[in-house]
Amino acid sequence: MRAFAYTRAGGVDEAIAALAASPGGMFLGGGTNLVDLMKLGVASPGLLVDIGRLPLTEVRETPDGGLRIGANVRNSDLAAHPAVRARYPALSQAVLAGASGQIRNTATTGGNLLQRTRCLYFQDVAKPCNKREPGSGCPAREGVHRDLAVLGHSAACVATHPSDMAVALAALDAVVHLRGPGGERTVPLCDFHRLPGDEPQRDTVIEPAELVVAVGLPAPPAGRSAYRKARDRASYAFALASVAAALDLRAGVVEEVRLAFGGLAHKPWRARVAEEALRGAPATEESYRRAAEAELAAAEPLRDNAFKVPLARNLAARVLGDLAAEAGKAEGATAP
Amino acid sequence: MEPPQTSSAVTLRVNGVRHRLRDLDHRTTVLDALREHLGLTGAKKGCDHAQCGACTVLVDGRRANSCLLLAVAYDGAEVTTVEGLADGDALHPLQEAFLVRDGFQCGYCTPGQLCSAVGMIAEAGGGAPSVVTPPGTAAAGAPVPLSPEEIRERMSGNLCRCGAYGNIVAAVEDVTR
Repeated sequence: MRAFAYTRAGGVDEAIAALAASPGGMFLGGGTNLVDLMKLGVASPGLLVDIGRLPLTEVRETPDGGLRIGANVRNSDLAAHPAVRARYPALSQAVLAGASGQIRNTATTGGNLLQRTRCLYFQDVAKPCNKREPGSGCPAREGVHRDLAVLGHSAACVATHPSDMAVALAALDAVVHLRGPGGERTVPLCDFHRLPGDEPQRDTVIEPAELVVAVGLPAPPAGRSAYRKARDRASYAFALASVAAALDLRAGVVEEVRLAFGGLAHKPWRARVAEEALRGAPATEESYRRAAEAELAAAEPLRDNAFKVPLARNLAARVLGDLAAEAGKAEGATAP
Repeated sequence: MEPPQTSSAVTLRVNGVRHRLRDLDHRTTVLDALREHLGLTGAKKGCDHAQCGACTVLVDGRRANSCLLLAVAYDGAEVTTVEGLADGDALHPLQEAFLVRDGFQCGYCTPGQLCSAVGMIAEAGGGAPSVVTPPGTAAAGAPVPLSPEEIRERMSGNLCRCGAYGNIVAAVEDVTR
């Protein structure tokens, strides 16, 4: 690991100013990904500006019926928060589906969004990687890519975004509140992460010295929400495919639906084609499968990851089916 | 121009004792500070990438992978390692349970398993859900009962290459029943 200078910021603006003055520097939050990348030599900041003690630790109700989640809220605290558990179960479940208990105690909301891909080539400095070293090439395309993207990838990069939390946030229409040298701005979560295109080194639209200060959630969607994840072992593994969904039914017809996929692309994949196909459709297994298939028609699987397409379709159909069954049960329970 | 300062004074309170490390390289993790500077070799450096959990300690009461924590960022923190679990000669109930249940073979992962389990039991006792906690079962804040399924999920960040998992679950059950 390269030696580095360290400063602990006393405030948000102080942190931003410190980093703006030091182009080779990085913010340090929980560090669960950054410190690992520094050990691997993938990240080698000359300065760490520690934002870990900034008071961005509140989960606050907002006047529109939503929540504002401070960037330093730890993953475990977010998942356990009563309002998140009660009103945004997909978010609580997604956070709990990620990492381990130890890591969730340390990792932050802002840092979760900014974690880097776990593509083996990105993490190995002995290998070429366009994300780590633009122009060096992408061995993953012909190499080990079973875990990598089937949607939205480019010739330059087939990496996936590893976050579970962000997939739920995408389905829930979250926004990212940023503050930088030029002031504040708010970006919809679905536009925060990028597709790789020919600039895979840019995971997100964040600008130099810009800091994630909070994540905003609007009022929860009508109906129920849930998150489900398929992976190679039962716990503590990244998603092969995952689904965040919310479903609201009226008399057996889909009134409103939200669907997002994880593990399939360079960003959380909001499935708007599927959502459009489902609105007004009968709430049946057949509708769910067809809608997911419509979304996944755009998939371009690599040699070893075509299994992700039916996996994601089946996962989506199952989650939507389970949400519908739960809604049916609740209706039955309240009937006279 | 002066070269940037790449080391700092760091104070850690470990198992109730205050330690001041006067000139600690910023690259030093809490794990390396414990093992290399304070002589506390209970926490193990297994993978050094938070994948195995052998380095688990309690930081300000919560379990964490000490291999990923830069010591300089934890200046002033309260750290409990496996060396601090016992009360003098009286072992912590979990340590007793690991002995009774044979919750280990080689013992390398055990300090991490113990610290992780202590933290995990407190988390569940405080009502923190896990991904296998059925949604809507318990009121937020009510303790979550630790079934074997809950224990396995919550301890998934601690690997045991001897495969003592069954006995580790039994040991944790013994102290939470």
